Amino acid sequence: MTARPAATTGARADAGAGLPGVWRVGLARAGVELRAFFREKQAVVFVFSLPAVLLVLLGSIFRSQATGHGFSVGELFAAGLIGGGIMSTSFQYLGISIATERELGLLKRLRGTPMPGAAYFVGKAGLVLISTVAETVILIVVGMLVDHLRLPASAARWWTFGWVFVLGTIACTLLGIAASSVPRSARSATAVITLPFVVLQFISGVYVPFTLVPPWLRDIGSIFPLKWICQGLRSVFLPAQAAALEPAGTWEHGRIALVLIAWIAVGVVLCLTTFRWQRGSER
Amino acid sequence: MTVVVDTDIAVRAEGLRKRYGDVTALAGVDLGIRHGEVFAMLGPNGAGKTTTVEILEGYRHRDGGTVAVLGEDPQRAGRAWRARIGIVPQQAFPAEAAELTVREMVRHFAAFYPRPRDPGEVIELVGLTGKGQSRIHQLSGGQVRRLDVALGIIGGPELLFLDEPTTGFDPEARRNFWELIRALRAAGTTILLTTHYLDEAEALADRVAVISGGRIVETGTPASLGGRATATATVGFTDGDGPRRVQTDSPTRVVRELAERFGGEVPGLTVSRPTLEDVYLELIGGQG
Repeated sequence: MTARPAATTGARADAGAGLPGVWRVGLARAGVELRAFFREKQAVVFVFSLPAVLLVLLGSIFRSQATGHGFSVGELFAAGLIGGGIMSTSFQYLGISIATERELGLLKRLRGTPMPGAAYFVGKAGLVLISTVAETVILIVVGMLVDHLRLPASAARWWTFGWVFVLGTIACTLLGIAASSVPRSARSATAVITLPFVVLQFISGVYVPFTLVPPWLRDIGSIFPLKWICQGLRSVFLPAQAAALEPAGTWEHGRIALVLIAWIAVGVVLCLTTFRWQRGSER
Repeated sequence: MTVVVDTDIAVRAEGLRKRYGDVTALAGVDLGIRHGEVFAMLGPNGAGKTTTVEILEGYRHRDGGTVAVLGEDPQRAGRAWRARIGIVPQQAFPAEAAELTVREMVRHFAAFYPRPRDPGEVIELVGLTGKGQSRIHQLSGGQVRRLDVALGIIGGPELLFLDEPTTGFDPEARRNFWELIRALRAAGTTILLTTHYLDEAEALADRVAVISGGRIVETGTPASLGGRATATATVGFTDGDGPRRVQTDSPTRVVRELAERFGGEVPGLTVSRPTLEDVYLELIGGQG
């Protein structure tokens, strides 16, 4: 124990009292994150608008092509791009922004304050939640306008949409935080994070209908969560008979949930073992 | 169990050692900083200033030695300890990542502390009045540095770390900054300052430590460092033959004799000891 005269240090000894809690600071972080996100043109244009622009383009090109299964190619793209949008605002945005914040010393600076570490993640989660909901709403509206996308017609479909959205967003958020440790510099972060994300979108049924992807690439895509998010979203937005076009011939809801939960577990482990508040060279 | 703690001491480091691979950054640094004093650490680049400061701030882990900062080991200290210190890091706030305004950022940092200072007051104190609504990326380099200080003191720290705070300031901005540091000191804040500017250390510091080659080679008041106060003085004056300089251990006697010789004012009279810079260069030069 350390004994100190109360006269000189009494006021200091209770400095711990009244420290703001994780949630209060986390909400303050979320507010700041949101403000910064929507003021930053690069984030809004690159992360937020790109999936919507692609949806307009792809939808306009393929809108009239029927699949012969009671839905249009446009609807297929819409369902896929909603999945791509979820991963864009969670994985891609976090991977780039956290890498940049670490490189610029912002994380280190926050670490030098009494901010609870968890509050930083609460803030990022708040940003991801709001921006991903907004992104999804935009993509659904664009899909409805351009591709005649139909809103889920039953409570069961809304339920599926809910859990696919939530599990998918959590998995991609955790993987984005983990991936932020990969780039060596802020400059390379955009390339290092975006390249695998674009590749993954091609082989997971976002830019190209999954049935057109060669089987060996499908197998690779099936390892990662995006393929399963997109499959879940197709089950929400396409007619029931479209399940026949899936490689498995069914929507595989149980497997989708299992894969996403497994990725969440992997993501938690990766985040806990790899996250650094300072650049690699500083310890 | 009762441990006797020197309550007068804000920062105590003994035998601090740190290696980066094969490079020894700190070879046994000893420091003691008293509550309420401004303590300056001087030293060339690579001498170990920032490593020392970052160990005291809890950013870096030491390889050896003992440290107590406000009575706690920074390596283990928690949030309550962080609420009592303030940090102005060497790296200025990254303006390229700052879409927030000055006021938003200062208010945001205030939310981390149990008893923050008033954000408006702090913005005024650091001289950013009128810039509160400006986005941080619109600020000049000197203004960003003042924001750094605002973020460092918003929590009302007992101990403030200033790592090369005035690099890149114009002379007027530095003078204003010095006034700010004096005001903080007058309010009882203990300050550890690292700087490249000897005049800054001389103007602000109660005590100065010179670090070189990973060791503290000398500690003292700016006036007495390296035996300055007792070193041979130089008396300069002008007579019929032009400027003259006399080296002496008793400058007062020389001046009295000169006053008698000139019958009053001595033309061009100066009395000087080695400057802090002279002493400093000798101290760090000795380390090779």
